[in-house]
Amino acid sequence: MSTETKEHPIADHIVHDTKSAVDYVLDACAAIGHTIMHLFQSIGALSIFIGRSITHVFLPPFFPRLIGRQIIDIGYYSLPVVGMTALFTGMVLALQSYTGFTRFNAESAVAAVVVLSMTRELAPVLAGLMVAGRVGASMAAEIGTMRVTEQIDALTTLSVNPFKYLIAPRIIAGTLMLPLLVLIGDIVGVFGGYVVSIYNLGFSPGSYLSQSWDILERIDVLSGLFKAAAFGFIVAVMGCYHGFHSKRGAQGVGAATTYAVVSSSILILIANYILTQVFFS
Amino acid sequence: MSSDKQPESKLELSGVKKTFGSNKVLQGIDLAIPKGKSLVVIGGSGTGKSVMLKCVLGLITPDEGSIKVDGKETVSIDAKERDKLMRKFGMLFQGGALFDSMSIWENVAFGLIQGRGMDRKDAKGIALEKIKAVGLREEVAKLYPAELSGGMQKRVSLARAIAANPEIIFFDEPTTGLDPIMADVINELISSTVRQMGATALSITHDMASARKIADEVAMIYQGQIIWRGPVDDLDDSGNEYVEQFIHGRAEGPITDDAKSLRHAA
Repeated sequence: MSTETKEHPIADHIVHDTKSAVDYVLDACAAIGHTIMHLFQSIGALSIFIGRSITHVFLPPFFPRLIGRQIIDIGYYSLPVVGMTALFTGMVLALQSYTGFTRFNAESAVAAVVVLSMTRELAPVLAGLMVAGRVGASMAAEIGTMRVTEQIDALTTLSVNPFKYLIAPRIIAGTLMLPLLVLIGDIVGVFGGYVVSIYNLGFSPGSYLSQSWDILERIDVLSGLFKAAAFGFIVAVMGCYHGFHSKRGAQGVGAATTYAVVSSSILILIANYILTQVFFS
Repeated sequence: MSSDKQPESKLELSGVKKTFGSNKVLQGIDLAIPKGKSLVVIGGSGTGKSVMLKCVLGLITPDEGSIKVDGKETVSIDAKERDKLMRKFGMLFQGGALFDSMSIWENVAFGLIQGRGMDRKDAKGIALEKIKAVGLREEVAKLYPAELSGGMQKRVSLARAIAANPEIIFFDEPTTGLDPIMADVINELISSTVRQMGATALSITHDMASARKIADEVAMIYQGQIIWRGPVDDLDDSGNEYVEQFIHGRAEGPITDDAKSLRHAA
């Protein structure tokens, strides 16, 4: 039948013309339905992946050598990029808040704005996004390449569970190291604000530090560290998930890397809003 | 009752089916390999060879059918049982699948150290022994996979596959990407190693020289089914037009006709 249709393009054209408005509506509904089904399938697959990953985080055997290697890779090697981001963000924050607050004669609030903004929001979110770009992409590319070159299948045939060997160490390291990076980012960011305020804006060192210290509460720092742990988990899970399900070829690995960075960045921003609501509403 | 004919089947597949979407890849595979024998499955690209192998290894779960090892069912077994089963297997992957972040000896010893919890020193000793057994010098052990040629990588992959003295060894296109001389060296190595170890071997290939060299028996897979099986010596007198066309590499024949009709249908 299909051959006949191909041999009579005019008849084919007539068939297309007779498509009613109802058909177009049904086609649109089918496309929307397909997208929604695909979305739920993806959420289901990700949930199963997270469930399996968490199970293997807590069940032996553990691979301390691999966890150590990931701690160095995620923590130590991300230190320069997180430190630089925090330093310049703290410096810009001091400058911007000073120029803004002078309009209301509220220059004395600069120290409070810098310390609260850095600890509560900027250090965790910026560190999360920087690590998503650096580490999430590298995880997806590495695991994706292992998938494409059958190295993950090789692990299974050698009696090694890929979830324990590849995924669990990265999730442990990501969740533990991001709070540490953020703590360092907090200190560096506040230091950046201090340097600009003292040497550029003419603040007194003693009063700047005492204002910063007085305004700061334990929850400000702890909420930032908790957020950081959540963001570290998100980055590791999304990097591993997209790498693990990478499609064949260089294009598949490239796409996995892009998805890992984009999805973890968006999830970080969504999680940040939810956690802020939980901590401070 | 194939088990009556071959009472000592090491590996037995019956009625194995696997579908991906609307693509019926395996349509009822029946295959049994006696203990200590080497069976080579030949067939063109996309006929289901690799999917069959992945079903046996548990990397893909079949939709229907049974896969038995030593008479025990292996489909849908739990993780602990699967772990025990995998210790009987060794696998040489088409592209080698060596871990590029590890040195050669660490690759060979990987299954012993991580999979079986063996001491690193003991595992290194075994790895060096196996590296020599596949014709490589001990100095190679310190190098990384990227520093080796394709042929040497295949040898290392073979050393890794046999490191734990498996009972069943699988070979996925063992000579792909190698020049004819190196392919013959690898075939020779596979043949001698399997015989020395007394292991059962299941290989998939479309390289006829390789099939003739390493097989005791040959089976041909076509459209997800085994359409012919016999001793390697009978390969040239199979009386099966599909087998004849495939082993002589002819463009004309039933396989091409099917491919053409598929293209027309598409």
